[in-house]
Amino acid sequence: MVRFTDDTDGGFHGPSLEEFFPPAIFFEGTPFELNRIMLIRILVTILLIVWLVIATRRMRIVPTRFQAANEFLLGFVRNNIVVETLGEKDGKRFMAPLMTMFFLILGLNLTGVIPFLNIAGTSVIGTPLVLAIVSYVMFIYAGIKKNGGRFFKNSLFPSGVPWFLYIIVTPIELISTFVLRPVTLTLRLLMNMVAGHMLLVLCFSATQFFFFTVLADGNLIGLLGIGSFAFGAVFTLFELLVAVLQAYVFTFLAAVYIQLALADEH
Amino acid sequence: MLPAALDVRTEDVNPLIPAPYDILWSAVIFVALLIVVAVYVVPRLNKALDARSAAIEGGLKKAEEAQAAAAAARDEYNAQLAEARAEAARIREQARSDGQAILAELKEQAQIEAARVTASAQAQIEAERAAALVSLRAEVGSLALDLASGVIGETLSDDKKAKSLVDRFLADLEADEKAKAGK
Repeated sequence: MVRFTDDTDGGFHGPSLEEFFPPAIFFEGTPFELNRIMLIRILVTILLIVWLVIATRRMRIVPTRFQAANEFLLGFVRNNIVVETLGEKDGKRFMAPLMTMFFLILGLNLTGVIPFLNIAGTSVIGTPLVLAIVSYVMFIYAGIKKNGGRFFKNSLFPSGVPWFLYIIVTPIELISTFVLRPVTLTLRLLMNMVAGHMLLVLCFSATQFFFFTVLADGNLIGLLGIGSFAFGAVFTLFELLVAVLQAYVFTFLAAVYIQLALADEH
Repeated sequence: MLPAALDVRTEDVNPLIPAPYDILWSAVIFVALLIVVAVYVVPRLNKALDARSAAIEGGLKKAEEAQAAAAAARDEYNAQLAEARAEAARIREQARSDGQAILAELKEQAQIEAARVTASAQAQIEAERAAALVSLRAEVGSLALDLASGVIGETLSDDKKAKSLVDRFLADLEADEKAKAGK
């Protein structure tokens, strides 16, 4: 009485991991392959560049409304994430990469809830991984620049620990600092976005199925679509929150790692 | 019913293994945005924020300076006022002492004038008295002679003796008077 076929139109399309690997559009088979998600990333980047250039083109001492709004966003990253964590001096050195990181993640996350784009640019591992590597390189660079070889000694053999405990502490520090940090940065962002996309697809495809297949067949079970649609709407709002939160968390952690590397002693 | 519908197709895709193009385009967009942010956005943002804080600090400093200037002007004004008051008091004091001096001088002059007037009046009185005495003496002499001539029936007018008699009489009278005054 209810059709569950996948292949015919109007059947139920559950979310699948294949959605994160859409067919290539340009340059198929080359490292320059462009699929839908890559195009979304490039579009977001272009929009970000245009916005940032316009926002900072003619900044006045007494801001216009437009400038004040942009300054609020830029100032949030500048002051609340970077300067608050790293201080004024070191904050300026790492300002540009951290700011880039934040707005790129935020922009790519938001495409997950923007109609017709409907998938987050960060829901494929490339961008989270590249940004995590950037963070990794930055904090190691910061540590070596500040403390030279002592950076690794301070990181792996924290002072104030009895020497025999280094047998336990050093492997833990090695793994947590130099292995888990980039891995957790990557996976936290990636999985949040993948899960968010899955949830939204599930809710809205179920709604589609209930309304246009089940209800259209005259089965009142199809009214469950109202509930699934409501869930989808709520999760869309939730995804907005997640988009901002993940951008904040990623950038904040990257700043904290730099700050820890810059500290003389752990 | 639904679990059967949840046909999550697990084919040969592993979301944890990045495709080369994925890494490439991620790096490209990051570098592109990084260049714009580093070259354009951050310098301009910092410049604007610095300019603003400088403007605010400048404004505060200007206000402070204005306040200091106002305070200095007020102090100067107060000093001038005090000076003017002191000056006025000094002038008043001077005027008072001058006035007293003038008054004293005038009084002295008036006294001197009064004394002078009194002295000249006395001198005049004295002179007139002397003149009157002289003329009286002559009158009295002739009158006495006339009276005596009448009494004794003789003319004594041209007699030298008579004249000397009268003179002696008058001299005696005068001496007597002086003796009386001397007492």
